[in-house]
Amino acid sequence: MIAGLYIDGHSALHRAQAGLKVLALIALGTGVFLISDWPVLGGVLITVLALYPVSGFGPKILWAQIKPMIWLLILFFVVQLWLNDWQAGLVVILRLAGIVLFAGLVTLTTKTSDMLAALERALMPLARFGVNPEKVSLAFSMVLRFIPVIAHVGHEIRDAQRARGLDKSIIALIVPLIIRTLKMADDVADAIEARSFDPE
Amino acid sequence: MSTKDIVYIALFAAVMAVLGLFPPITLPISGVPVTAQSLGPMLAGAILGARRGGLSILLFVALVALGLPLLSGGRGGFGIILGATGGFIIGWIIAAFVIGLLIEKFWNKLNVINAAFSIAMGGIVVLYAIGNFWVSVVVEISYWQATVGAAPFLIGDAIKVAIATAVCLAVRRSYPLISRSR
Repeated sequence: MIAGLYIDGHSALHRAQAGLKVLALIALGTGVFLISDWPVLGGVLITVLALYPVSGFGPKILWAQIKPMIWLLILFFVVQLWLNDWQAGLVVILRLAGIVLFAGLVTLTTKTSDMLAALERALMPLARFGVNPEKVSLAFSMVLRFIPVIAHVGHEIRDAQRARGLDKSIIALIVPLIIRTLKMADDVADAIEARSFDPE
Repeated sequence: MSTKDIVYIALFAAVMAVLGLFPPITLPISGVPVTAQSLGPMLAGAILGARRGGLSILLFVALVALGLPLLSGGRGGFGIILGATGGFIIGWIIAAFVIGLLIEKFWNKLNVINAAFSIAMGGIVVLYAIGNFWVSVVVEISYWQATVGAAPFLIGDAIKVAIATAVCLAVRRSYPLISRSR
């Protein structure tokens, strides 16, 4: 099974409902785009940063969240400095860092299974419009089940093509991977129907 | 939607995740990294068609947003979607759908030219329209400036269109799914 990015803990954020955290994230993501005042955005970022130790995450985990975007932030700052001024640069990077770090916090404190459950609840009202929550959760769990299986098939194909000297050709790897996946899908669909799964 | 359609959608989303495991190739001279994963939306649309292709990429993006590290390089989480390049991730869904629509339209007389045209329309024109718009909003630069900034990536995308076209035609010969559904 695929391990999520969740890190275990007992903080208030860990205990908060997944749906609530996602709503807070959407509110923050909308809010920061309505503000274009850098001291306020700086305050938002500092609050988000402070939530990391409060939720039990040390500087190492925080740095792991910042590191992938640091060059992008520097680039964006320089672009704004060149086009406008340093205040405009600060607005852009404080806003982006604030949302991305808060989103990271939501991801770190919420189990994927809780997120899935929240998503299923959120989909309930859509049942009236023809979205079947049962089918959706079947699809979600099937992806997680089949990633290791298909990755294994991928390794097999690479070995086989290496024996033919074709392991550098992307096409020679992807075509058999897709055809084997589609064949597997037919078998899986038959197996599901043989067990009388009928979401209609 | 039949059980078979759901399985195709789910297993293609899994293929999308597996493509993220391929190490990225860095193009000579420009130094632009090319990931096999961004082939996924092109293939999903071209092989499964508009509805199933778009839904399978939507499913993949939803799993990334829920916190699974499925993007190439082990990235994931809500932050990626809301970050500067998030428009390209959301754009994948629409790109797969548009490619599917065009491929379905050309299906009975599909050849190298109209397949490559379909994949380039969705995978480059539509995808960059959405991705660049998002970048321009987040970074507060003009749409034109974002487009110029994204230009170096077009080399890699042209290669991907060629690969996706070859794969789409090869799969169509041995496992045609689009004609079967209509």
